[in-house]
Amino acid sequence: MAAMAGVGQQWVLVEMVQAFYEAPAYHLILEGILILWIIRLLFSKTYKLQERSDLTLKEKEELIEEWQPEPLVPPVPKDHPALNYNIVSGPPTHIITVNGKECINFASFNFLGLLNNEKVKSAAQSSLKKYGVGTCGPRGFYGTFDVHLELEERLAKFMRTEEAIIYSYGFATIASAIPAYSKRGDIVFVDEAACFAIQKGLQASRSNIRLFKHNDMADLERLLKEQETEDQKNPRKARVTRRFIVVEGLYMNRGDICPLPELIKLKYKYKVRIFLEESLSFGVLGEHGRGITEHFGINIDDIDLISANMENSLASIGGFCCGRSFIIDHQRLSGQGYCFSASLPPLLAAAAIEALNIMEDNPDIFQTLRAKCERIHKALQGISGLKVVGESFSPALHLQLEESCGSRENDEKLLKRVVDYCMNSGIALTQARYLEKEEKCLPPPSIRVVITVEQTEQELDKAASLLKEAAQSVLN
Amino acid sequence: MLVAVLTYVGYGVLTLFGYLRDFMRQWKIEKCQNATEREEQKDFVPLYQDFENFYNRNLYMRIRDSWNRPICSVPGAKVDMMERVSHDYNWTFTYTGRVIKDIINMGSYNYLGFAQKTGACQEAAAEVLSQYGAGVCSTRQEMGNLDKHEELEKLVARFLGVESAMAYGMGFATNSMNIPALVGKGCLILSDELNHASLVLGARLSGATIRIFKHNNMQSLEKLLKDAIVHGQPRTRRPWKKILILVEGIYSMEGSIVRLPEVIALKKKYKSYLYLDEAHSIGALGPSGRGVVDYFGLDPEDVDVMMGTFTKSFGAAGGYIGGKKELIDYLRTYSHSAAYATSMSPPVVEQIITSVKCIMGEDGTTIGRARVQQLAENTRYFRRRLKEMGFIIYGNEDSPVVPLMLYMPAKIGAFGREMLKRNIGVVVVGFPATPIIESRARFCLSAAHTKEMLDTALKEINEVGDLLQLKYSRRRLVPLLDRPFDETTYEETED
Repeated sequence: MAAMAGVGQQWVLVEMVQAFYEAPAYHLILEGILILWIIRLLFSKTYKLQERSDLTLKEKEELIEEWQPEPLVPPVPKDHPALNYNIVSGPPTHIITVNGKECINFASFNFLGLLNNEKVKSAAQSSLKKYGVGTCGPRGFYGTFDVHLELEERLAKFMRTEEAIIYSYGFATIASAIPAYSKRGDIVFVDEAACFAIQKGLQASRSNIRLFKHNDMADLERLLKEQETEDQKNPRKARVTRRFIVVEGLYMNRGDICPLPELIKLKYKYKVRIFLEESLSFGVLGEHGRGITEHFGINIDDIDLISANMENSLASIGGFCCGRSFIIDHQRLSGQGYCFSASLPPLLAAAAIEALNIMEDNPDIFQTLRAKCERIHKALQGISGLKVVGESFSPALHLQLEESCGSRENDEKLLKRVVDYCMNSGIALTQARYLEKEEKCLPPPSIRVVITVEQTEQELDKAASLLKEAAQSVLN
Repeated sequence: MLVAVLTYVGYGVLTLFGYLRDFMRQWKIEKCQNATEREEQKDFVPLYQDFENFYNRNLYMRIRDSWNRPICSVPGAKVDMMERVSHDYNWTFTYTGRVIKDIINMGSYNYLGFAQKTGACQEAAAEVLSQYGAGVCSTRQEMGNLDKHEELEKLVARFLGVESAMAYGMGFATNSMNIPALVGKGCLILSDELNHASLVLGARLSGATIRIFKHNNMQSLEKLLKDAIVHGQPRTRRPWKKILILVEGIYSMEGSIVRLPEVIALKKKYKSYLYLDEAHSIGALGPSGRGVVDYFGLDPEDVDVMMGTFTKSFGAAGGYIGGKKELIDYLRTYSHSAAYATSMSPPVVEQIITSVKCIMGEDGTTIGRARVQQLAENTRYFRRRLKEMGFIIYGNEDSPVVPLMLYMPAKIGAFGREMLKRNIGVVVVGFPATPIIESRARFCLSAAHTKEMLDTALKEINEVGDLLQLKYSRRRLVPLLDRPFDETTYEETED
């Protein structure tokens, strides 16, 4: 084999020499000139780029002396509304002590009232006695406990999917899940009312973002059609560009739900994958609390990834993603918040498992919760000056000003007076807080009203009438 | 030199086999074991490109049993592990139901031994759990700011020696959500080569320009600083608004300690700001356990932003940022975590409070001080013995993170499994956490390790090292004799 290669090489050499003799003169001269030019370029002095030449050492020293940076942080005025936190003494349960005053809690997302549940607490206590508090390591390095594996199995079984993966922080769940699949060059269609965690996940993924109007399927279809025409111009690129739609089950910023059946139709028509964020709808919607897929009766395999945090209905800390193994298993190596961060403390995982047990054993609490939401939704209609934003069965509503006073600051001050009035009379409320400069589509200022299953009907009526009074006295 | 060549050869062979197996899988000669796409979605754009997962399928799968090992007891000095076996070469695992007891744990980040299931910390946490419950269900700015959080923040500020501090629920999120609040477009971030993923993510999310300097190399940092101030922003030449230097106290994969005095001198000379991530060094370094600032004996006010985590030395979860009052007030208002993320769980907060008080000595005992000293002794002893045996160890003499170089890919799996057979749990890391030819085993020492445990571990490491030929070092240190100094007995042997 080597000998043949040698002979082959010799053959080529003979051919080369022959070609050399047979070539026309101008060809040889041209080649010669080119070779000389190359030699000249190789040996000539390299160009220095514009940037680095002109300044002497002394001038550089002067520039360094003169440069004054901005202060690390700009000063914050003392009366900034977000600076002075409410101090809660004691547990943030149904009766909450805020700033020294006892109130009924209408501000914590404790939808199923599991924060103070004795069974949950005792499950967490036994876990604490067995494992201590922290896990001292990420999942890959001796941070995987049997409680984590059990919780993942239970969540997957509850949601009727193949697999689930747990994160130790609710915000990090969707913010790590999206960049694991969607990279630079991929396209994501996202609703404009998406919550901040989704926005950060999209920013970290560096993909192309296309916002569509809130819950407007026609707008989404228009964007998808535009993308289709783009694809036809460049089919090779289209074959490797992944496409995703990111929506929330129950929107935190608007209190309404997404039209999931239409989204599924669009998914199969335009071949786009759906990521569903169910932080507020998990444990609220559906007959057994399985979320918006159960609410609409949709096959769960049609949704590619469901992500939720365990900090609302399950009254624990952390988050999870569930779906088919094909999709979820990828996050075990590429989910940043999973691989590079310590795992969930076992006592919180045990609390979540017990909460899940309670949810499975008492499926009627969801109906009770929805009935309470309908009740207060009706009672809050017709307050002069404030309008209710949110679906009638949503446990997290917003109360916005019917007419704005002109500036966001003044609106917030007015709402603060309403909230203070209610707090002084025994109902704890809070304004919805946003980072004004960072949000893509900043919602208007509002008061957040949260309904939990522990609130009695008298308390709901009391809250409604108090809000009416407050609106009356402050806004008129 | 030989080792480097053999490492590349090892990877080459594995890659060839990988291509062969992929080929066989594609032509259905070999069964395809990993999960596949749904039938209805087969004509969608594929979610993963085949090439991305090449490493995953062919190299990682072979040694996957060294990671994600499930344990079922408190992650202290000794730990119980659930046994798992795989009948199809690590594609799936089944649990036999047996529990391997009392494995010496050299992998958990338990530097001061606060991962305990009994003791003052655990009792206090149990008390708070029964009073407050496990969750909080609201953000800091809304209704989630408990009195416990305020107490914790004051305590942390006192511990670090700064004016004020703020605590968050997750260490990773502390970095990725607060760096964007501090710097933005028009600012410059100078980040060390080997910074953690959370720092890199935070720097990227902020939108500032990022420049990387060589690991712990002060000349490289100074050159970048000079160039930045003199030339300004890349095309517009406007001066930079701020320059932020991101460094870590102890780098978790190298075990090296940052050159803090020099970084602070540079920072002062060039008027930039310093962000120090003490994830591994808080509690683990310094005569009183206050971190790398204490270790060098410097003033904590010189560091503009002191960040750290509670996961490692305090046996809890979460992160904190400490600094001047204006900084913390700004973060209270504008941090992403304060506005959108749930606050910390009360029993976890109580664990941190108790452990910080213990380290400071305020609970009336000297346990904290004893543990800090025990950790320092353990570190020095362990490192010295490993060097004497002839392994290549990276990192600073005083850092409790000890990386032991393995280099070759086959030895990664072999080391992990052999140590487990001998009842010692270690952490092995390869690509992508480390450069591809520098895979290593990493030991994390703890104040809870007694000398007997360390001796057992060292004996086993010695055996495995001989078995796998891991003693690459060409410098041999003569073991320190216990006799007093005698001219004639000390000599250095050179190969």
